[in-house]
Amino acid sequence: MKTATSVKQLTLIQSINDALRIILEENEDVLILGQDVGKNGGVFRATEGLYEKFGEDRVIDTPLAESGIIGTSIGMAVNGIRPIAEIQFFGFIYPGFNQIMTHASRIRSRTLGRYTVPMVIRTPYGAGVRAPEIHSDSMEALFTHMPGIKVVVPSNPYDAKGLLISSVEDPDPVLFLEPMKLYRAGRKEVPEEKYTVPLGKGNVLKDGEDVSIFAWGAMIPLALKAADEIESEKGIHCEVIDLRTLYPLDKTLIKASVEKTGRVVIIHEAHQTGGVSGDIISLINDTETAFLSLKAPIERVTGYDVPVPMFSLEDDYLPHVQEIKQKIERVFYY
Amino acid sequence: MDTSFPIKQIVDGKGNLIDETYKDHLTKDFVHKVYKKMLFARMFDRKCVNLQRQGRIGTYVPFEGQEAAQVGSALALAEDDWMFPTYRDHGATLTFGATMVNLLLYWQGRYEGVLPPKDKKIFPPAVPIASQLLHATGAAIAEKKKGTDRVAIVYFGDGATSEGDFHEGLNFASVFQAPVVFFNQNNGFAISVPMSRQMHSKTIAQKALAYDIEGVRIDGNDIFAVYFTTLNAIEKARRGHGPTLIEAVTWRYGAHTTSDDPSKYRDQSENDIRREKFDPVARIERFMKNNGMWDESMEELEQTASKEIETAVKEMESAPPVDRNHLFDHVFERTPWPISEQKERFLQLQGGNNE
Repeated sequence: MKTATSVKQLTLIQSINDALRIILEENEDVLILGQDVGKNGGVFRATEGLYEKFGEDRVIDTPLAESGIIGTSIGMAVNGIRPIAEIQFFGFIYPGFNQIMTHASRIRSRTLGRYTVPMVIRTPYGAGVRAPEIHSDSMEALFTHMPGIKVVVPSNPYDAKGLLISSVEDPDPVLFLEPMKLYRAGRKEVPEEKYTVPLGKGNVLKDGEDVSIFAWGAMIPLALKAADEIESEKGIHCEVIDLRTLYPLDKTLIKASVEKTGRVVIIHEAHQTGGVSGDIISLINDTETAFLSLKAPIERVTGYDVPVPMFSLEDDYLPHVQEIKQKIERVFYY
Repeated sequence: MDTSFPIKQIVDGKGNLIDETYKDHLTKDFVHKVYKKMLFARMFDRKCVNLQRQGRIGTYVPFEGQEAAQVGSALALAEDDWMFPTYRDHGATLTFGATMVNLLLYWQGRYEGVLPPKDKKIFPPAVPIASQLLHATGAAIAEKKKGTDRVAIVYFGDGATSEGDFHEGLNFASVFQAPVVFFNQNNGFAISVPMSRQMHSKTIAQKALAYDIEGVRIDGNDIFAVYFTTLNAIEKARRGHGPTLIEAVTWRYGAHTTSDDPSKYRDQSENDIRREKFDPVARIERFMKNNGMWDESMEELEQTASKEIETAVKEMESAPPVDRNHLFDHVFERTPWPISEQKERFLQLQGGNNE
């Protein structure tokens, strides 16, 4: 019997590796497949050491074909396997879009629950690491709009491990978006043993009563920095909420926070039009008590409606702490 | 390439056995069984076209002309194998165990129609083109991983060979030596586009070469060629010797769907020639007559099929009203709040009546 929970200091990518190892050890039906996930341990080292430990039948290097990886995973998933498919970069998922849209996300409803697809698609997303073109996309809204799949985005090593384990144990397909920029942004305490972080639940990272800030993934460090600075500079107390799951959103938490503060700033690096911020605004609008408690129009800081640029311009594309602080002031002094 | 992949035939259009190797296998019982299945498939298909014309089912996808390809390949499966059909393969699914009433319900736009009997592994028909090759490959890899000897068969048309998923499916199956049979029905047209515009290749079977898997080209209207070729491919896969690509050359007499008018893109008189020379059902009738296998019981089959089909139609038409819970209840195992809220809104609109 374990007497105390031992912890390790892990980066986000290490915590993902740790989660994968635990899941593979625990459940023989789980396997990993993708490009370079085997011998190479993944281009970001997410699967490092797993090929050696679990063998080529469970950590499977596949041909270079996103539709093939996802389509084959669907066939495995309906036949009792729990595949974790890695798409090397989110910007390369589009060849597999049809498989997700017309099959993974709707086989359960098409068959009234007879066939199901308990699979996870892991993929690094987001800009800010000086990556080549197409490697920095943040198209989560394509998938939150898609009925039948959950969309999960961790922002720290603890959540990454717990959310990934929950995603693999979930009976339905999950798109697991990993913020590339935070892969090695720092080490945090992560329990060595297995634990889960529930899907569909956000997390209050900083309490505050003046302004609610909703963000996820790589925007979380910016949100926290803006909140800290504005607090010391202007005495404005922000509540920073990491949504963690983008479908389904944590309505209870969003509602409670908006009812408390009456002021909202939403941050995402994805393009503005059709971005998940629109759904958060709608959720507040549709929740009468939250809407009526608003003291200012909702503000958002997002990427522009332009293709994620080549990296010489990516700093201009991405949200900045300064802009977030301006929006906080705007809603606070409205 | 068409000389490297000659069309394999066992019985020719006149009903003559041209490959003596199979003589002993073509017993009266076996021939009667395959004839019955083909006749049922043909009569069911014709009934469906009529039902659509009468507005009793929705748009329908006919397969008349392709009965030998579908029935013969489905008969080669073992009970516990997997089938991944398209929307035109109800001749195959019917043969493998799908019920007529569920097929009819499918074409009435009802989810129940997708469901095979509990003990049958028939995947919902693929509607996007070629995506199902990967599902079959994945399911087959899973069987291999479980250590069973089950195989998967997957159906697709000539048009599907232009899709990326066709190539990805063959390649994945080749790399992982998946126990899967790729069963192509080359009926010459993808809606209106003829094979000559689909590919410059002379055959579809030759595409197997690139993946270093076996490719076989057969007369898809010769049910014996279909059955034995598929059986060989299945047994090979079962023994762990990997996938096969079968090109069954066939023809659809009818339209792509009941919403399509084939006279716009092809000479329909071709149908008459094909019916006379190559029809799969007439061919086996001729074979039976040539070999003294035709008897009165064969004459009665049409009536038996008619009755069975009429019973299924009645059952379809007396099916309970659509369960409106199906709209909401199976998107996820645990329905998340947005869908629960939307369902509640829907039920209020209906005055609380979800029947």
